[in-house]
Amino acid sequence: MQQHDMLRMANQIAAFFNGSGPELAVKDAAEHINKFWDPHMRAALVAHLDKGGEGLDPTIVKAAGLIRRPKTVNA
Amino acid sequence: MTLIKETDYGTPQAASEKMVTLEIDGQQITVPEGTSIMRAAMELGTKVPKLCATDMLDAFGSCRLCLVEIEGRKGTPASCTTPVAPCIKVRTQTDRLARLRRGVMELYISDHPLDCLTCAANGDCELQDMAGAVGLREVRYGYEGDNHVFRNRADGSRNIRWQPKDDSNPYFTFDPAKCIVCSRCVRACEEVQGTFALTIDGRGFDSHVSAGMDEGFLDSECVSCGACVQACPTATLTEKSVIGMGQPEHSVVTTCAYCGVGCSFKAEMKGDQVVRMVPYKDGGANEGHSCVKGRFAWGYTTHKDRITSPMIRERITDPWREVSWDEAIGHAAARFRAIQEKYGRTSIGGITSSRCTNEEVFAVQKMIRAAFRNNNVDTCARVCHSPTGYGLSRTFGTSAGTQDFRSVDEADVLLLIGANPTDAHPVFGSRMKRRIRAGAKLIVADPRKIDLVETAHVKAAHHLQLRPGTNVAVINALAHVIMTEGLEKRDYIRERCDAAEFARWEAFIREERNSPEALEPVTGVPAAEVRAAARLFATGGNGAIYYGLGVTEHSQGSTMVMGMANLAMATGNVGRNGVGVNPLRGQNNVQGSCDMGSFPHEFSGYRHVGDDTVRRMFETVWRTALDGEPGLRIPNMFDAAIEGSYKGLFVQGEDIAQSDPNTRHVDRALESMECVVVQDLFLNETAAFAHVFLPGTSFLEKDGTFTNAERRINRVRMVKAPLQGKHEWQAVAELATAMGYPMHYNDASEIMDEIAALTPTFAGVSFEKLDLLGSIQWPCNDRAPEGTPLMHIGGFVRGPGRFVVTEFVPTEERTSRSFPLILTTGRILSQYNVGAQTRRTANVAWHTEDLLDIHPHDAELRGIEDGAMVSVSSRVGATTLRARISDRMPQGVVYTTFHHPVSGANVITTENSDWATNCPEYKVTAVQVSLSNQPSGWRREWEEREEENKRIAPMVAAE
Repeated sequence: MQQHDMLRMANQIAAFFNGSGPELAVKDAAEHINKFWDPHMRAALVAHLDKGGEGLDPTIVKAAGLIRRPKTVNA
Repeated sequence: MTLIKETDYGTPQAASEKMVTLEIDGQQITVPEGTSIMRAAMELGTKVPKLCATDMLDAFGSCRLCLVEIEGRKGTPASCTTPVAPCIKVRTQTDRLARLRRGVMELYISDHPLDCLTCAANGDCELQDMAGAVGLREVRYGYEGDNHVFRNRADGSRNIRWQPKDDSNPYFTFDPAKCIVCSRCVRACEEVQGTFALTIDGRGFDSHVSAGMDEGFLDSECVSCGACVQACPTATLTEKSVIGMGQPEHSVVTTCAYCGVGCSFKAEMKGDQVVRMVPYKDGGANEGHSCVKGRFAWGYTTHKDRITSPMIRERITDPWREVSWDEAIGHAAARFRAIQEKYGRTSIGGITSSRCTNEEVFAVQKMIRAAFRNNNVDTCARVCHSPTGYGLSRTFGTSAGTQDFRSVDEADVLLLIGANPTDAHPVFGSRMKRRIRAGAKLIVADPRKIDLVETAHVKAAHHLQLRPGTNVAVINALAHVIMTEGLEKRDYIRERCDAAEFARWEAFIREERNSPEALEPVTGVPAAEVRAAARLFATGGNGAIYYGLGVTEHSQGSTMVMGMANLAMATGNVGRNGVGVNPLRGQNNVQGSCDMGSFPHEFSGYRHVGDDTVRRMFETVWRTALDGEPGLRIPNMFDAAIEGSYKGLFVQGEDIAQSDPNTRHVDRALESMECVVVQDLFLNETAAFAHVFLPGTSFLEKDGTFTNAERRINRVRMVKAPLQGKHEWQAVAELATAMGYPMHYNDASEIMDEIAALTPTFAGVSFEKLDLLGSIQWPCNDRAPEGTPLMHIGGFVRGPGRFVVTEFVPTEERTSRSFPLILTTGRILSQYNVGAQTRRTANVAWHTEDLLDIHPHDAELRGIEDGAMVSVSSRVGATTLRARISDRMPQGVVYTTFHHPVSGANVITTENSDWATNCPEYKVTAVQVSLSNQPSGWRREWEEREEENKRIAPMVAAE
């Protein structure tokens, strides 16, 4: 997954959930990513968040702690 | 096995609940009020002779053969047009009636050829049967006089009444010399199909059937649905296959493998050869109707291009080498295992097919989860209706469409969004037209002026001709009007929906920025039109929403599905007949492939892989540990392949290299894989990148089930043995076994039993029950042992219905000075999706190439004339197509189909996708169109690959 695709997809998710207000948005966006993104994609997102999450919607940045970190990606 | 002949009751069933008792030939019978005497007699087993009557059509009363006598009434009324009445005494056979009928038949036969022995309808001719039934023994009038039978008159001069046979339609002929002018074909075209292509021209002895303005069938408005051929009682309209082969001797009831309507057909056979496919009257989805694809376009199943031997090759530029099944499966297993050893467990995966049976799909996803040991399984629903699953689950608690097709008969207002049923779901389209002719109102929301906006005896009350990509704005505006004008159903909402979620949504939707006036500059739809449509939908009686890929294939596809669910809940339109949110699914088994656990995050029955209880149940039955993490979706697989972490793919009956967006991106992903296994009928576009080819079976060779758009599980019965000697699920089980996970089934019914055991919504389903009931709509379990035609009665599956805030977020795909037009794609009636099947049938008579539809103004601005070659380019690619100037298009929007690989429609479409499901945004691509005098680079590339990557090495004789 290219960086700009990841940013686009994550920000699209945030844009939808932002409609229901900031509090719910953080929880729902994290839940959505946990439910639908495979461990590789989550790992890439978490790595980017760990570096500050440049280019990501604030909702995703705030959701960082709620996004499940994959244990081992490819055992 | 015998030839199945459904009983023809002569006239349609009456709907009344009031019963009437009468006496026919001394026997008492009780039938619903409004039933014809003819039908009542047939229910007693008495066949009143008839020619112009058949129970698919309203009574007409023209042939005068079905006369009866009623005690106390004068004359001999026609039993088809005379309704039953209490206590009347009817006689269907008396000397007088016999004499009259013989007289009528004598007149018919006096203008009909007597070539019965060599006639194509011999053995299946109602005229012949009736001549026998009435005891016709002579024809006193001779053939010398005026007639339609002979080319020349007795004196050698030309007979101006005689017309030659019309064989312009590729599938059937029209021979006017054999016509008895019973009008059944004309009425079938009107009442059943709703096209009105046929008429009776002239008067008296001059009367004759005319297609269009006395044109050939192919040149007329005829859509070749076959309803007229089915209705014809003589050889006038006859399938060419019957003319060529003779009458069938046995038949098998099975299910069509084209669109999501899922029509039931009788495959009428001679030995193992199909003579014709005839729509089955007892089929729940189609009730005896069909379209040109299901009825006629099955010739691909024996096309010379079909591959029947397994093949392998080292590199995709090598020629294919035919090998044994064992070698091919062993080779695939060894390659996949080697990839996993080198790149890790999650470096391989697969894609299941919406064209295959539930059993075949279940086997593939099981192989991936249990033998590949990961959840990298997805299905082509990803690129069509995945937003439906997400959106309806979130609002109603289940991804299921809410109604059966029959429900439309009780709808008063139809809101049709982003769907073109007369082309893409033709049999349901006919049903819709019938309901609209009977008085229901229609609102169409579509950028294009689709047929239903205005066609014979159908006119939409409102056409909301929105700009592509603004669906959510339009649905919000409709809901805004309803909520601010107090048209919502408060009681319904209070009783059935979550109050807090509703309050949040209500506050949002009432905001002025969601008003039709505020959104008009975005949507392009006049605010007054939106207001009028909203009022009609909210107050016009039962409101039913029908939608297709024009809703889902957008960056806000899932949002739009939830927007429609909001609208249905706000107006109280879920949970009874005549209403609902109805996805028109694209492919025959797209519903089934989703149900069967084809999504990377879900087991069968839509249960998340991370749910420990569910996963343990599967682990117990499958006797292996399963991964609890979601796998890759199709677009994610391509991205991972290009990145280098995804190296092996099993593709079951899907042509991703043609059907998925941004073709070059897909090609690059496929090229970077080390093992691609394709299971298909033909060397399709994806096979050009494959290393192993496992030949598949056509629907005529399959044994299993398909599930249609109304959740109806239909049996697919084996009409003939698999051409390549193996069921597809057998090959899959053998591959899983070769990978180290033993998998074995004795037959397809064992797979269904496993599905039922593991999937609560299928708990009561078995082949045995399906054979008994004909079809079953899931959920089918202890609470609903015969299935569930209608969902959410009395309350929603999830508990309280959930309103969801649907903020309109414009797509990032915008027009600009470089790309000022919007391209949208779709399909047409005669061709089907990537065309792998329909291109290999005579359906090419209607559509030989993909065309670019363009508005006259946009064309003029660019100097484009009708038929000119034009280049269509987007930021990702370009191709060349022939332009067709069309007033169906709004200014600024162009349209094409993707039925021919050489057109490369998906070379232009982009990587944009739905926010929730990654369903590609096929419907919005910014493009430029300009005149071109040379084929595109894509075409040259495609032609080269077609030549190079699809070579099969000649067989070398064994020593």
